[in-house]
Amino acid sequence: MIDSTPLVAPRIAHFSAPLPLKSGAVLAAYDLVYETHGQLNAARNNAILVCHALSGNHHIAGYHQVSDKKPGWWDNMIGPGKPIDTSKFFVIGVNNLGGCHGSTGPASINPDTGVAWGSNFPMMTVADWVDTQARLADVLGIRQFAAVVGGSLGGMQALHWSIAYPERVRHCLVIAAAPHLTAQNIAFNDVARQAILADPDFHGGNYYAHHTTPKRGLKLARMLGHITYLSDDVMGSKFGRVLRHAAVNYGYDVEFEIESYLRYQGDKFAESFDANTYLLMTKALDYFDPAHEAGSLRAALAPSMAEFLVISFTTDWRFAPERSREIVRALLDNERRVSYAEIDSAHGHDAFLMPDPHYHALINAYMDRICL
Amino acid sequence: MMRHDFQTIADWISAKAKVLDLGCGNGELLKYLQDTRNIHGYGVEISDEHVLGCVKNGVNVIQRDLEAGLAEFASDSFDYVVLSQTLQAVHHTEAILHEILRVGRQGIITFPNFGYWKNRWQILRGHMPVSEDLPYQWYDTPNVHLCTMHDFEALCTRVGIHIQECVVMTGGRRVNWLRNLSGSLAVYRFTRAEV
Repeated sequence: MIDSTPLVAPRIAHFSAPLPLKSGAVLAAYDLVYETHGQLNAARNNAILVCHALSGNHHIAGYHQVSDKKPGWWDNMIGPGKPIDTSKFFVIGVNNLGGCHGSTGPASINPDTGVAWGSNFPMMTVADWVDTQARLADVLGIRQFAAVVGGSLGGMQALHWSIAYPERVRHCLVIAAAPHLTAQNIAFNDVARQAILADPDFHGGNYYAHHTTPKRGLKLARMLGHITYLSDDVMGSKFGRVLRHAAVNYGYDVEFEIESYLRYQGDKFAESFDANTYLLMTKALDYFDPAHEAGSLRAALAPSMAEFLVISFTTDWRFAPERSREIVRALLDNERRVSYAEIDSAHGHDAFLMPDPHYHALINAYMDRICL
Repeated sequence: MMRHDFQTIADWISAKAKVLDLGCGNGELLKYLQDTRNIHGYGVEISDEHVLGCVKNGVNVIQRDLEAGLAEFASDSFDYVVLSQTLQAVHHTEAILHEILRVGRQGIITFPNFGYWKNRWQILRGHMPVSEDLPYQWYDTPNVHLCTMHDFEALCTRVGIHIQECVVMTGGRRVNWLRNLSGSLAVYRFTRAEV
């Protein structure tokens, strides 16, 4: 831990009202783990919900323990005096249902069977997550969010909030997102899933009972994902063709720096993330398509009442600027208040997590204008 | 201080109109129109700095290169499309005029009049003109397509623009005689010509 901000303690909210899911399944009861930063004001109008992406969680900023080496995943964005200023706003991070950081998910015990849900955990959609987040808002006494913010899969949740609960969102920040995945994106997700499903340690998703985890598959899935989150340029400038040793050794062990980096990232991820959660989150990404249900994106966004800030990054080829422009166009067709910025960045999709000065200045300026 | 052409533009724009400002800078015109005319506006800007300026000013802004057209904007979706003191810096002049006519029911364009006598005089004396509305040296100007009022009006005829009104200014004051000679800044309001 490197600064003096107070530690943040995650909390758990238990929900015992059955949750009907989009898939048709019903979850009888569940827990959501969340953390909050800042103070909810007396008017209860300064709350911000931060939605997480594929591998994210509720730990958005600050430190849980003094011994933590790293802060929450969006610590450069959220905190006192930061673009999402916790001295002005009450900022909430939630681990999505089906996650693996404390909310009910595939690794949780299914009360009906007494063993881990595993592959029997119901499939989640962005709409289901938004419903659970709305229930959490009810518990916290928040009728309307000052803003719902998210990047990537989190941006899809923010967008869906404006559609499903239009009167509960004043501002919607949709960052490095898309109105639906392209075939290429679904293809990447499926290769990642196949890597997990084909791992002999997967055991049909019930690996908990076998006291093992499909680490090799999850590692491969993460390595593939990681490649797509970076730009060719950044990979080139960071690693190039640099070798680990003086010369190649004509074998399959690590030779190039990029191999070492990717394998390390894959191993680290496979140690800490649940494979079933990864499968489920990628499916939620694939299923998201508000335009399909409404006939067009314009029709889908017709109910929205929020003001929007849509942001993309020039070298993001996984969620390309063109995809954000589709969202912008649909919002313009609906005459919604919207601003769109395309941030010049070399970092590909990962750019939304990076502390780029212009990007942060923009969010800062936008948040500054939110009236309380 | 507000730019000289803004008041004229504002006088033409009716209350609660839907306005698109191309090359909107920090959004000063749109902010002024929002505050005084209660308009629903969007700006288009390419520069990061100006996009940030618009967000600070509470003006909707869409970051895009005008030269690539106005793909996000549906046909006939605006009451007014404004291009103020930007035409002379646009490469694809005809294309942007067609886009203005497609997206807006009315267009408003302002540009520095190259036919202004001070400009002509400097050329006669053998120099590229530098004047109040053309403040750049030849080597640092962003302008690529300078024109006189006569030139602009000829192009309007060619691309199907019907000029509704024209105000010409020098130093912030209207001029009414020999306008292509006495005027430094031209402000036009137009519609699509009937076919």
